[in-house]
Amino acid sequence: MDKAQRKLRTRAVAAVSVVSALGLVVGCGSSDSGGTGGGKKDGKVTITMGLFGVMGFKETGLLDTYMKEHPGVVIKADVAGDEQTYYTALQTHLAAGSGLKDIQGIEIGRAKELADTQKDNFVDLADVSGTDHFLPWKQSQVTTKDKKVIGLGTDIGPMAVCYRKDLFKQAGLPTERDEVAKLWEGDWSKYVDAGQQFKQGSKDDKVAFMDTSSGLFNAMIYGHSQQFYDKQGKLIYASNPVVKDAWKLASKAATSGLTAKLRQFQPGWDPGLANSTFATTVCPAWMLAHISEKAGPKNKGKWDVAKAPQGANWGGSFLGVMEKSPVKKEAQELVAWLTAPEQQAYLFKKIGNFPSSQTALEMPDVVDAKSDYFSGAPIGQIFGAAAKEIPDEQVLGRKDGTIKDIFSQGLTLIEAQNKSPNDAWKTTDERIEKAAG
Amino acid sequence: MAISTSTPPDGAPGHTLPAGDGTGEDGLRRRTLLHRLDVRGAPYAFVAPFFVVFAAFSFYPLVYTSWISLHRVELSTLNVMEWVGFDNYTALWDDDRFWNALINTITIGVLSTVPQLMMALGLAHLLNYQLRGSTFFRVAALTPYATSVGAAALVFTMLFERDFGMINWMLSLVGVDTIDWENNKWAAQTAISTIVIWRWTGYNALLYLAAMQAIPRDRYEAAAIDGASRWQQFLKVTVPGIRSTIVFTIVLSTIGATQLFGEPLIFGQGPNGITGGADNQYQTLGLLLYEEGWKNYQMGRAATVAWAMFLLLIAVFVVQQVVRRVLARRA
Repeated sequence: MDKAQRKLRTRAVAAVSVVSALGLVVGCGSSDSGGTGGGKKDGKVTITMGLFGVMGFKETGLLDTYMKEHPGVVIKADVAGDEQTYYTALQTHLAAGSGLKDIQGIEIGRAKELADTQKDNFVDLADVSGTDHFLPWKQSQVTTKDKKVIGLGTDIGPMAVCYRKDLFKQAGLPTERDEVAKLWEGDWSKYVDAGQQFKQGSKDDKVAFMDTSSGLFNAMIYGHSQQFYDKQGKLIYASNPVVKDAWKLASKAATSGLTAKLRQFQPGWDPGLANSTFATTVCPAWMLAHISEKAGPKNKGKWDVAKAPQGANWGGSFLGVMEKSPVKKEAQELVAWLTAPEQQAYLFKKIGNFPSSQTALEMPDVVDAKSDYFSGAPIGQIFGAAAKEIPDEQVLGRKDGTIKDIFSQGLTLIEAQNKSPNDAWKTTDERIEKAAG
Repeated sequence: MAISTSTPPDGAPGHTLPAGDGTGEDGLRRRTLLHRLDVRGAPYAFVAPFFVVFAAFSFYPLVYTSWISLHRVELSTLNVMEWVGFDNYTALWDDDRFWNALINTITIGVLSTVPQLMMALGLAHLLNYQLRGSTFFRVAALTPYATSVGAAALVFTMLFERDFGMINWMLSLVGVDTIDWENNKWAAQTAISTIVIWRWTGYNALLYLAAMQAIPRDRYEAAAIDGASRWQQFLKVTVPGIRSTIVFTIVLSTIGATQLFGEPLIFGQGPNGITGGADNQYQTLGLLLYEEGWKNYQMGRAATVAWAMFLLLIAVFVVQQVVRRVLARRA
């Protein structure tokens, strides 16, 4: 190899390495500039969706049905298991303006924040035809100040109390669901009293009356129209009597040994359901699917559902369409279809997600629904009645989701770490200040 | 080769650009210039990829992070920044959570690093014997390291579960009461340290083993002739022989311990993982950063924690250098 050739090669290598290094840097900047993954190609429309938890669209085959009915449409849905992870990613994508899907799911705890800070990124769904069937309060939760609707409702979470008949019986409490409901009719504090009765009568001291005090706390505050924020968006949790009362009663339950000291949807809770370590849990409609799955076939027929002392709404989601989507029209049609009364009724029947559509609430599929697993409880009736008790206006706040988590942790401090309710409140207060202030 | 030959169009009045065809004096000068560039410049070109990547993925983020840390800015609205100067830093200094996280980082670091390195040393010493199937044991020692943090932490979380975990079940066999691993501060920190120890002991053991095999056999023989027992041989020959490796593993483990994040996050699961327990009983600095940035969405405060961690690591590094120098001088 002569000198010139060698030199040439050195130069070539150097050039390649510089170019590739630059390429690496440039490559990062120019990856998909603002697309949402969807688009039209060869007469086919591709719609992408970002979902979380068990919203049911993919799991129950609704998306497949839609694709069958619309041969020109391909739907790609990404489902994140954990909503916290999902929302963090969504925030990042919104900030970066890339990586978004055509349709994004919105959890109720995030609705206000998105409506306040990100409404320009969402398509206004106020005038989509055939979407005037929602419960009025549901729609108002995603309506911005200037009357823009950033999402359409999927399910809501009317609440009841799920209880174990066999455990009630051994503790000497009534087991019939109407009698059980009478135990705590009209007042949550009677639910705690029933717990005391259960504790005294119980022959098995390994069984607690309820899973956790935070379930009770949630049930109490969500029965009122204002919780952590007022209508002007000001934090009022510290002075709101609703929150104070709920805290007082929940911490009373926590300090009197009525709870199994578990955290809902965290390790220990599922085996607790399977191994019967607690007798009741406050259950929104969507929780039934989880309980029946985790408690397993061996506990079938032992569970039942009784009316809660007071109607409340816990959870529920929305579907929004992104302004950047190249297939806005098609995505809106899909969202309207997925949230239509028929589909909501279907989802309720399949997995228990309770409809947010007024029309669906009156459909026989919903009204007459019974749950085999829960001793044939008329869940359509029970949750339907609870849904009617939900206050007509529900004020959401920007950090609702975060604050709810902080309150749950505050109750854990009392329940599992033996802090006094006063200390726990102080810690909770400081944390909210840091997270939302 | 011609680089710039340009002829003005016909009829155009005026000037011609200097032309070179590579054979004249110009060409010669250019060739020597190219040659010099080649000799002097090529090495820079070769190392360029690393530094370009470093600049893009390490230096720029570092600078940007420090810029962000001087602002109040939320994740969802990164374009809206409000200048607050060093407020985030003073707030962090006054924040109990920071000191709590710092102390937790240190205690979990000590709880995991010290037993881990001790066990690794012992394990390496055993592996250093003539063993049948030694390759198997060496590979086996490395297996935990190859496991993902997520998988390991999840399994341990189940083992340490309060009501139905295997560890409490085993303890109950010997009459120990149920331990609430997650809600008890020291129990939680011990459990997390166990995950770290399980993952990294084999890795460190192999590092030690490699160093041990470089110790000449005749030193052991001489020691044996002098009547030194196995234990004495270990203390007087092996340990001094691999001192620099020990220092290296201490540095590595310290950096790892300072950045501890995945294990406690998964150990707590859900909201409790992010805050390191309901009472922040096992929140490390890494988790505090995550909580500020990805739960509270306050990027400015998160960036401040990141810088505090960075400075802390530098401080730890300096201390270790000093200790090393002092030790070396004494040796």
